[in-house]
Amino acid sequence: MTALASEHVTMPVFHRLPDAHRDEQIARIAEAARQIRIQDLKLVHYAGAGHIGGDLSAIDILATLYGAVLNIAPETVDDPERDRFILSKGHIAGALYVTLAAFGFLPVEDLATFLKPLSKLNGHPNRNYVRGVEANTGPLGHGLPIAVGHAISAKLDVSRRRTYVLVGDGELQEGSNWEAMMAASHYELDRLTVIVDRNRLQQGATVRETNDLEPLDHKATAFGLAVVEVNGHDHRELLDVLSAVPFRPGKPTFVIAHTHKGHPISFMSNNTAWHHKVPSAEQLELALDELTAADPPGGAA
Amino acid sequence: MTDTRVLQGGTTPLEPTATSRDPRQHSIAERPRHDCRNAYVETLAELAHENHRIVGVVNDSVGSSKLDAFKRAFPDRLINVGIAEQDMVGVAAGLANGGRIAFVSAASCFLTARALEQIKADVAYSNRNVKLCGMSPGMAYGELGPTHHSIEDIAWLRAIDNMTIVVPADPIETAAAMRWAAEVEGPVFIRVSRMSVPELYPKDYTFAPGKAVTLRDGEDVTLISNGTVLWRALVAAEQLEDAGISARVISMPTVKPLDTEAVLLAARETRGIVTAEEATGAGALGGAVAETVAQNHPIKIKILGVPEFAPTGSAGFLLDRYGMSPEGIAEAARALII
Repeated sequence: MTALASEHVTMPVFHRLPDAHRDEQIARIAEAARQIRIQDLKLVHYAGAGHIGGDLSAIDILATLYGAVLNIAPETVDDPERDRFILSKGHIAGALYVTLAAFGFLPVEDLATFLKPLSKLNGHPNRNYVRGVEANTGPLGHGLPIAVGHAISAKLDVSRRRTYVLVGDGELQEGSNWEAMMAASHYELDRLTVIVDRNRLQQGATVRETNDLEPLDHKATAFGLAVVEVNGHDHRELLDVLSAVPFRPGKPTFVIAHTHKGHPISFMSNNTAWHHKVPSAEQLELALDELTAADPPGGAA
Repeated sequence: MTDTRVLQGGTTPLEPTATSRDPRQHSIAERPRHDCRNAYVETLAELAHENHRIVGVVNDSVGSSKLDAFKRAFPDRLINVGIAEQDMVGVAAGLANGGRIAFVSAASCFLTARALEQIKADVAYSNRNVKLCGMSPGMAYGELGPTHHSIEDIAWLRAIDNMTIVVPADPIETAAAMRWAAEVEGPVFIRVSRMSVPELYPKDYTFAPGKAVTLRDGEDVTLISNGTVLWRALVAAEQLEDAGISARVISMPTVKPLDTEAVLLAARETRGIVTAEEATGAGALGGAVAETVAQNHPIKIKILGVPEFAPTGSAGFLLDRYGMSPEGIAEAARALII
């Protein structure tokens, strides 16, 4: 297999369009998500490693956040008043790096170092080396408590800055999340939004067969969060919900984003085998063909 | 005088109050004793008045950390997440992300054991400005037993990169270490004991991270200690002097990074080193000293610590049992150089 090299990282760079018409924003998010998927598939194929299934399930959420929700841009990435996005499911670092590159936080050419010896682009993100990363995640169940801490700091500052955290659904089996949700509710952190990438699959099996989360909506409601369910591949639904802060005054928001692992690639979608499988050259070509043919690719699941 | 702080930093020589009078007339053992938690809460309140970025984070440990007055003074700035240590440390890292300086205050046994992965990933690896204050460490909870003892904390945290570990020996050093920790950006672990200890440092003592303090000079043998055992080592040195043995006493408040220069000076200038601490010894101060000596200038070492799940008893009783009474430390030193 050809090793990852500079010719494999040729994606366009997008810019936030905070003031654009919503339809234009959504079209841009859809195109960004499509390009991020194309680049991420190449990255995983040529690097020979990665978590492509979870990457693909979360890319629409990432593209929506960076494309039109978060008030951050490459030049304001250190602004204390920036919105925070914490990627709790740190194993989709590849998707995060490509997203950061797509929106100008990371030089596109740096993607060619993904997972290479001494690269700053580790299999899990490191904020000390990658601008735009807020926490060094990887072990599961860490992002939500960190997000709660940041949301408390914003409240102490009487700041309008918002906190977003993306967790996997399997990850919610970690008890620390529920500790954090109790605290989020107790402190009435209504500028905190928890996004669950509800793809219903974990490493080797479905969440249901492993340790079922249902009824997830009732559980989160019982913990004092305002629950809303969206199609996690529908940019319009995502943009509407993620922009609505606070969603319910006095309550943290718990967005159950229904997704498919491997979306929208036909042979990967909703298939447990693609948790961290690496596409062959032929599979990469098929996947890229599907993404090129799709119009628009980020549409309904 | 082999005070490495004087040699390396030009710091004012530390004149321990012990040497200002005849130690046999007024032994350190007879001095009034203090609970370091009082110095901890007073200093935390002072720091909070001086700097609005300072917040406390607790796991229901308001009373056990003596933070009731702090809570009254700064009701919004004491974040109590309830009995949830993993959340507590993650929240502290998130507060640091928001520009706050979080002083996490929790029983050391629960803070370090329950939240070890958060300490590693969210604080140390993420390089967040979090101060982990391990309350009532070692065997301070005495009869409550090994579930509540925290003899392993030093060894666990010493294995983590980007972590400074401080074990103050008296209220003055506790306050000084906290003042330093509030100033420096990055992760720090400070042990704060509830066991009563005499004052060992002058009131104007300033904490120098990574620096040993030679509290008593000596040529025959060296005692290296910190925390609640340091005063015992000083009394042991008094007893050794009575027996005609000249013992150097090195206070090693910073276990990581270790002042290897002070250790190697002792290895070259004296005939043996005894380490004594209210911790496992293995992997802790004793381990750190042994690693340094064995790799650079091997001499005889005796590591005193708590090697097992301790039986029922008070902390004082148990320290004596594990050879860390003044007499026990003196005997270990004597045996080493005979």
